Amino acid sequence: MIAPHLRKKQRVILLILVLFICATAVISMGIGYSSLSYDRLIPVLFGEGTFKEQFVLFSIRLPRIAITLLAGMALAMSGAILQVVMRNDLADPGVVGINAGAGVAVALFFLFIPIQATSFAYIIPFVAFLGALFTAIMIYILSYNKQAGLQPIRLVLIGIGFATAFSGLMVVLISGADRTKVDFIAKWLAGGIWGLDWAFVLALLPWLIVLVPFILYKAPRLNVLQFNDPVAIGIGVSLDRERLVLLLVAVALAASAVSVTGGIAFVGLMAPHIARALVGPRNELSLPVAMLMGGALLLLADTIGRNLVEPDGLPAGVLVSLIGAPYFVYLLWKKK
Amino acid sequence: MLKKYLFAFIVLLVTFVCSIVVGAAETTIKDVWLALTAPGTNEQTMMIYEVRLPREAAAVVVGAALAVAGAIMQGMTRNPLVDPGLIGLTAGANAALAAMFAFFPDTNYIETVFACFLGASLGGLLVFGIGAKSFSPFRIVLAGAAISTFLYAIAEGIGLIYKVSKDVSMWTAGGMMGTTWNELKIVTPFICFAMLIAFWQSRQLTILSMSEDVAVGLGQQLTRVKTILFLVVMMLAGASVALVGNLAFVGLMIPHLVRSFVGTDYRFILPMSAIVGATFMLFADTVARTIHAPYETPVVAVVAVMGLPFFLFVVRKGGNM
Repeated sequence: MIAPHLRKKQRVILLILVLFICATAVISMGIGYSSLSYDRLIPVLFGEGTFKEQFVLFSIRLPRIAITLLAGMALAMSGAILQVVMRNDLADPGVVGINAGAGVAVALFFLFIPIQATSFAYIIPFVAFLGALFTAIMIYILSYNKQAGLQPIRLVLIGIGFATAFSGLMVVLISGADRTKVDFIAKWLAGGIWGLDWAFVLALLPWLIVLVPFILYKAPRLNVLQFNDPVAIGIGVSLDRERLVLLLVAVALAASAVSVTGGIAFVGLMAPHIARALVGPRNELSLPVAMLMGGALLLLADTIGRNLVEPDGLPAGVLVSLIGAPYFVYLLWKKK
Repeated sequence: MLKKYLFAFIVLLVTFVCSIVVGAAETTIKDVWLALTAPGTNEQTMMIYEVRLPREAAAVVVGAALAVAGAIMQGMTRNPLVDPGLIGLTAGANAALAAMFAFFPDTNYIETVFACFLGASLGGLLVFGIGAKSFSPFRIVLAGAAISTFLYAIAEGIGLIYKVSKDVSMWTAGGMMGTTWNELKIVTPFICFAMLIAFWQSRQLTILSMSEDVAVGLGQQLTRVKTILFLVVMMLAGASVALVGNLAFVGLMIPHLVRSFVGTDYRFILPMSAIVGATFMLFADTVARTIHAPYETPVVAVVAVMGLPFFLFVVRKGGNM
């Protein structure tokens, strides 16, 4: 039974987050390299702007906002699941090497398989998923110990090792490639939002539409997994199967987001933590908050980063790292 | 023990000669000999003297420096997972480089080297300031990873805002490519000086590596020894970044390897680490030059890929921490 005041608090927080996202989105629509003044926003939205205004809003700004929002949500959800499944507060798809695995797969695909422009956006998430899955399985196997089970700290360490080696591997791959492709991959690595087309929104959306309700449905199971193994088994949860399914979902979410946005770390770490601090550890309550929080964080980071430097802006990944890394250290510090 | 050193030294020499002979342009051992004794007599010897020799010399110096730095840090912190690349030293030096390119574009090489020292110290102090006493070995690596990410983000941000990211990445990803005799002349004395101090303090380091209580009991001035060793590590790591850029895992791998055949006494570990580290870097650089010849593969990447299995091995062997 969830206390009514908590439910009410969660609703208020969700409402505030939605309002915040809307406000950020409106601000984000209005500022940028090409001017589009705020008093023109509404007419343009209703199709009464000039061709240039229409183009800036509908083909550049809006898809970018949508992608950032969706990617942030996916990363936050993925982080929330990983933190529960790996029973580790510090898990994040970026920190534990899943992003790097997806990155190598995307780079390999990009370099060695001829690309059709029409299907590119839809294939990339699958490729990223395969790469991320491979990495996640490797990390899982390597950090598993027959006597002690899954060891959280070791898991993060092995993830860090993989992330370092994979970024090395990526450099090896691109050093043999031609210039335009190298530029693309370098940008991808820094976490610049690059999929700036409605096609990428459509590529990302189905993953979220399927997986997010699934996770919300699984939220009570996640609660149980937070206890130690004997408790979970005693209640009658088939641990290995649940963990595997949830891990797959987390990897799929992270990979789909990362395939469009590049290597963004720390969103998946921060959002669930903030959510839990706000509404407590129950996943039914904290997951939706975490999701909106992730979207809001990434949208904010991208809006700031995009306008900080003319004309290309700072990659959102850089900005998120600047905020996220100190937060990570703070968590480490607090946990000792 | 002497035999082991002799053997290691011969391996180093052979690797050195091989790495000079092998490459995109055809050369023979005779050319190498000529280049060493009378450079400039023909095209081959010129090429060897001006391109390959400084490059391989840099590999030797940097490999030795990183391995010794790693060994010292592992001894000081009694932490098997420490490596200058993993605990924020290289990231700090990197951020300092970016800041310098952005704010003082016309600095000379010596000032650049000093900027790297400062940056490395900053990164190291951040990580150890946060985690030195209270954290387990594994947590230091976590703190190091987070702070490295932070410092790399700063470097990248500065690079993009001031449009110097190309210079910075040329510098940091360039490896041994394009090292000149001039750069070597400036950096090598630093590294040699730092290494001599390290060898001189190696007995203290051995005591420190047992436990701090033992060290205090034996009458060691902890703060003094630690400060000296920390400065030495900063110099070694900073100078390496100034010369070749970021290299993770070298400082982690080599001391482990060395410990397995010379034992746990740092009087033997440090010199042997220097020799083996130099050999390893020569090997890595030669691989980097030849797998895609005539194109270069960044040696950073080669080292990172070779280092992973080793890192995993150490983590698994480390037991439950």
